Parts: sequence; structure tokens; C-alpha cells
Amino acid sequence: MALSSNSLDIVLFAALPYLVLFTFLLVSIQRYRAQTFSFSSLSSQLLENKRHFWALVPFHYGILVVFAGHLVAFLIPRSIVLWNSQPLRLYVLEVTGLVFGILTLVGLTEMIARRFTNSKVRKVTSRLDALLYLLLLTQVVSGIALAVYYPWGSSWFATNLTPYLWSLFRFQPDLTYITGLPILAKLHILNAFVVIGLFPFTRLVHILVVPNPYLWRKPQVVRWYRPAPRNLT
Amino acid sequence: MNVRSQIAMVFHLDKCIGCHTCSLACKNIWTDRKGTEYMWWNNVETKPGTGYPTKWEDQEKFKGGWEKKNGHVRLKSTGKGRIVTNIFHNPHMPSMDDYYEPWTYDYQNLFNAPEGPDQPTAKPISMVTGEYIDIESGPNWDDDLGGSPVYGENDPNFAGLTDEQRLQLFSIEQLVFFYFPRICNHCTNPACVAACPSGALYKRGEDGIVLLDQKRCRAWRSCVAACPYKKVFFNWFTGKSEKCILCYPRLETGQAPACFHSCVGRIRYLGVLLYDADRVEETANLPQEQLIDGQRDMILDPGDPHVIANAKKNGIPDSVIKAAEESPVYQFIKVWKLALPPHAEFRTLPMLFYVPPMAPVMASRQDTGALNSVSDNLFHDIDDARVPMKFLANLFGAGQEGKVAYALRKQKAVRWYRRAVTVGDVDLETAERMLREADCTVSEAMAIYEITSLCTFEQRFVIPPMYREQAIEALKDPHEQKQSAGFGFLSGPRRGL
Ligand code: SF4
Ligand code: SF4
Repeated sequence: MALSSNSLDIVLFAALPYLVLFTFLLVSIQRYRAQTFSFSSLSSQLLENKRHFWALVPFHYGILVVFAGHLVAFLIPRSIVLWNSQPLRLYVLEVTGLVFGILTLVGLTEMIARRFTNSKVRKVTSRLDALLYLLLLTQVVSGIALAVYYPWGSSWFATNLTPYLWSLFRFQPDLTYITGLPILAKLHILNAFVVIGLFPFTRLVHILVVPNPYLWRKPQVVRWYRPAPRNLT
Repeated sequence: MNVRSQIAMVFHLDKCIGCHTCSLACKNIWTDRKGTEYMWWNNVETKPGTGYPTKWEDQEKFKGGWEKKNGHVRLKSTGKGRIVTNIFHNPHMPSMDDYYEPWTYDYQNLFNAPEGPDQPTAKPISMVTGEYIDIESGPNWDDDLGGSPVYGENDPNFAGLTDEQRLQLFSIEQLVFFYFPRICNHCTNPACVAACPSGALYKRGEDGIVLLDQKRCRAWRSCVAACPYKKVFFNWFTGKSEKCILCYPRLETGQAPACFHSCVGRIRYLGVLLYDADRVEETANLPQEQLIDGQRDMILDPGDPHVIANAKKNGIPDSVIKAAEESPVYQFIKVWKLALPPHAEFRTLPMLFYVPPMAPVMASRQDTGALNSVSDNLFHDIDDARVPMKFLANLFGAGQEGKVAYALRKQKAVRWYRRAVTVGDVDLETAERMLREADCTVSEAMAIYEITSLCTFEQRFVIPPMYREQAIEALKDPHEQKQSAGFGFLSGPRRGL
């Protein structure tokens, strides 16, 4: 293990990730097994139908694109660096990231505002929900701030963060890549760990059960107790 | 031929007195929990009226049911491609305002109010927020307001009526209304099932009851929007959808569903239908004018040896086939053609059928005493009652007046025949002529009369054995099951973790 940092960094960037990942996996699986009923997006659209659109739609599209960006940089960092070798392409990538980040923020802000100003929706908002909103807000704001104050993140993510993350997955945490990162970036990473650790306890679990089988299943569903006579609608 | 058995239903609207006993029986058993206060799996609407949720029949607004596009049926509100855009925000989902905000009253104030010059009142409190509210609407808010400009006039079934006809209908002399009790239709081509991204909704193979697996539901809300009858509801507390379960625990123990059992007007019939599952798709695809006949064709004759052989091949037990033969709903739907599916044009092939009501048709005749006039055209009051006919046809005939007229003429003929026999103030010859003109024989008239007027509990509800014990045997040792199975969830249904 290449350790060249202080002990706080070790705790936060070499131990915490394993703690949250372990929690994430263990609790998610156990919750699915023992508390399947609790897997729900807990939609509040029935209670408030108009602001719901302006909150949920921008947020989800924004976060999906931003998340996809992170994932790509994690999986194929070299292609990103290659793509960014031309300034124009770099600008396009950075601006896209920023735009979708802001879209996420707009949606999230409206989500929070709606949650706490609509009396019906407030009624179905738990303390955990509130904490989750706070964490998500921190994450999105710090992400946007990073994009603005420390530009070309798409490149330095690929060269610094990706190797660090991979080192975590190889069980050889290598902190050399991140000890030098600005505090804002460290906050962004740490907050992400906290969100991952909290994930299985919150409504975020709905992400784990996104209904992809719908795309290939037959429209009608029939359940039999005795063996089905014929495999038909 | 792929024979399936289905628990089907008939509601005889001419007998419904609008007492709401059915609704309360259901509410007390199934929907008196937190999050379900606003749900009425069984509700009774006044027609003309806007219904519950308000204007549910207006599919321009709610996009429920199926539509024909390029020769194929597809869901109006969602589909494989559209699920991605619908899942974050379902654009066609009704909000609580379309139903009503449930409330209770601050009864404590009646006891605890300090002494003062006025009587204390019990102010309404929202059952969602717990705060005082101004009640703006409620269940059956338009009960008996058939002729009102706010409710009656906004009935979506007035489509196709001229302004003059509409106006006429709201003049006090012409005013008509009747009751329309509704539960989930346990459709053969359910839009709710086809819409659910999680596959939580399903049709039970053995009896066709449409259920929603609470453990699979993830609150994507597609079913709520897709059901054209608005009979899937969203529990705002548990974050799960819920719907009528046709009291399957009661059916499995040989009892009629609670709303059927308690029905004061005895308007409800329940029994087995055998149908050809291979023809569901093609039937749902038929042109609108053929939908009702097509659905009747899809329903098979339980007395036909060929059908019986195929039913047996599909594992349908003899006792269920026997129940199908004795089924009152089969007679109403297929033999007598008295019962019609509601809004067949939604293409879900509902398995709840309605005998259209005579009362509004008769009542719309004002100058002659409704039942007393005999002219050369024996059915003049039905034929002349053009306004309600078009209206009824929009509701029960997929727009075709002929289907409704047929059912009404037969009903009237049966009444006249019985009147000739028992009261004797009309002559039997005319009555028999009426029967002939209404495509009815004397024996058929007697059978209709009996099942309509004298029906016993056992005649109305022919519940087949459901063989759930065998179903358990197939999966598990019954003794083990007996010791390990309880009722319901081991943990209560609550919100989130
Ligand atoms: S009426 Fe019942 S079975 Fe038919 S679509 Fe609606 S919820 Fe589904
Ligand atoms: S209990 Fe029967 S008669 Fe009364 S409203 Fe319900 S369906 Fe009609």
C-alpha cells in the first residue's frame, strides 16, 4: 500500500470508501431480501402534480447525464483524455457537463422547495429525506463549483480520480493521486461516499430496481398456481 | 382454442337504488387504512355526472386505456419507448384534487370547547396534513345531481349530442339520472397490467382476478394513468398502488365479495365465464362497432362438448366447468344479450357487464304515463327516447344505440309479459307480440324474470371452488404450510425503511 499522506486522509479516503461500499452492498441486499415492500420511489406526484414536473424532470435528466459522464471517465479514462486533446472537443464536454449540472441543481432546488412548502408533500417527508436532500445539494453544488473554479475536470478526473478509484477496487488504495486535490474536490468525493453509505437506507433504493425487464416482457402478465397450460398472455 | 376461466360480474342497473352500502362494505374491509382514505375501490356514481375521479371517462385528459394506431392496439398513456419519459413524471396521472382530499372532523371540540354564546362545531381536518381544511369536494359530491349544470352537464358521455338535446335533458321535466356502481372490471386485456414497468400487476391464471403485487410495486404510477376506469389508486403513505382484489380471500372460501354480499338492491351477479385466451388480442383489435360482439364471441359456451374438452385439456377442473354452466352472468351476457361492457371502446375487454337501466328511458317520456301507453310501436318510449339512448350508448354500447336498445326492449317485453300474467291489465297477446319483437321467448322471459326479481343468494353468486389448497400442495407440504403461513405480511406495510 502506497501511503504518503496523513492519517486523516487515510481514514477518509482509504478506509471510509470500504466502509460505505460494504454498507451499501450488505444493507441493500438484506433490505431487498427482508423488506422488499420498502423498495419504492415513494412518489408524491399524487399529492402535488404540477411543480412535480418542474422539479423531477430536470433533476433526473440532469443527474443521469452527469452520472453517465462520471461513469465514462471512470471506465474509459484514456478515451476521455484523447477526446479532450482538441480544445474544441474539451469545451463541448465541459459545457455539456456544466449545463446538465445546473439542470440538476434547478430541479433539486425545486424538489426541495416543493417538499417543504407544499403542506401535503411536507407531511410525507421524513428526517432522512431532509438529510438526503442536504447531501444531494452539497454534492451538486460542490460539483458545479468544481466545474467553474477548477475547469477541465473531465481531464483531471480521468488522470487523477480514475486511478485512485481503480486503486480502491484493486484493494490497494493509492492516495498519491488525490492528496494534492483542492479541498472542494475532496469535499465532493467525501460527500459522495456519505451518499453511497446512506443510499440503502433511503428512497434512493428505487435506482436499484429500475424496471428494465419492461422493455422485453410481453404486455400481459399472468401468474399461475398450477402449472400454466400454455405460455400465452 | 385456449380455454381460461374467469370470475365475471353483471350489475343490473335497473335495480340499483344508489344506497352506497356496497361502497361502505368495501371501505370498512379494505380501505380504512392510512393512505387509502380517499380510495373507493367500489364507488357509486350518479349518471349523468362527472364521476370519481372527476371526469374519469375523459380520455383526452387522462389517456387511459388502449387506442388503435396503425392497425395495432397500444396503450394511450405509455409503452416501451415512452416509459423513459413517463417514469420521472407521469403526465397523465390524476392528482388527489381529481379525487378529493380526505377529511375527518375535530370531534373533540364538541366536548372541549370553552363555554360561549355559540354551539361548538366540529371543524373538518384533512386526513393527509392534519390541518383544518375547507372541504371542496368529496366522495359522491355530485350524488343525485344528474340535472345540474356543474356536474350532470359535464358528463363526458354527452359527446355527440346536439346542444338542443343537452338542454332538453336538463329541463326539469326531462331530467333523468340513474346510478352507476363501479369496481375494477378485472379486464381480459387489462391496461393496468400492460402499463406496469415492474410487472407488479398480474392476472391470476386460474380465475382472472387482476391483482397488484405490493412487494413488486415501486411507485412508478403507470397503472394509475393507464386504467381507463381509474380503478388503480395510489397509496400516498406507503408509496404503493392498490386496487380492488375482488375480495379473493372471500371467494377462495366460497363467499361472495363484500360489495356483492351486501348489495341492498341485489343488483349484482357473479359467476364463471370460459373464454378463449387465444382470441384476446384479436378481439381487442377489432373495429369499435364490433367490439361488443367480438367480446361475446370470445366468451365460450360452457355446454359445448368441444369447449369442455379443451377446458379439461387446460386443466380447468370439472367443478369449475359445472359452475360455468350454471353461471348467471353467462346467461345475461351471451344468451340473453342483456348485459353490456362499460365503455368497450377503451379496449380492455372488461369482465364486469351492466344491464342498462330502464328507468331513465321511461322517465324521459313526460306527456304519456311512462308504462301505460300502448301504440302500434310497442317500444315507442324506448325508440323515442333519443337523448338518453345516445347517452346510454356512449356508456354501454361503444357508441351504438342498437346494442342498448336491444337490451332495453327485451327488458320491457319481459315486464309487459309478467304484467299480463300477474296483473292482467294488458292483454297476453300484445305481451307475447312484444316478446317476439324483442327477440325473446316465453321461457327466456321467465328465466330473466326469475333471476332478476326472485333471485336467491345462490342463484346470484355461483362461486366455483378455487382449489387454493391444491395450489399450496403443488408448491409445499400442506402441514409445513399450515405451520409457517400466517395472514398477510410479517412486517406491517409502512412507508420506506
Ligand atoms: S378496470 Fe381493473 S383490470 Fe381493468 S384496467 Fe382498470 S384496474 Fe386494470
Ligand atoms: S349496494 Fe347495491 S343497490 Fe346499493 S348502491 Fe351499491 S350496487 Fe346499488
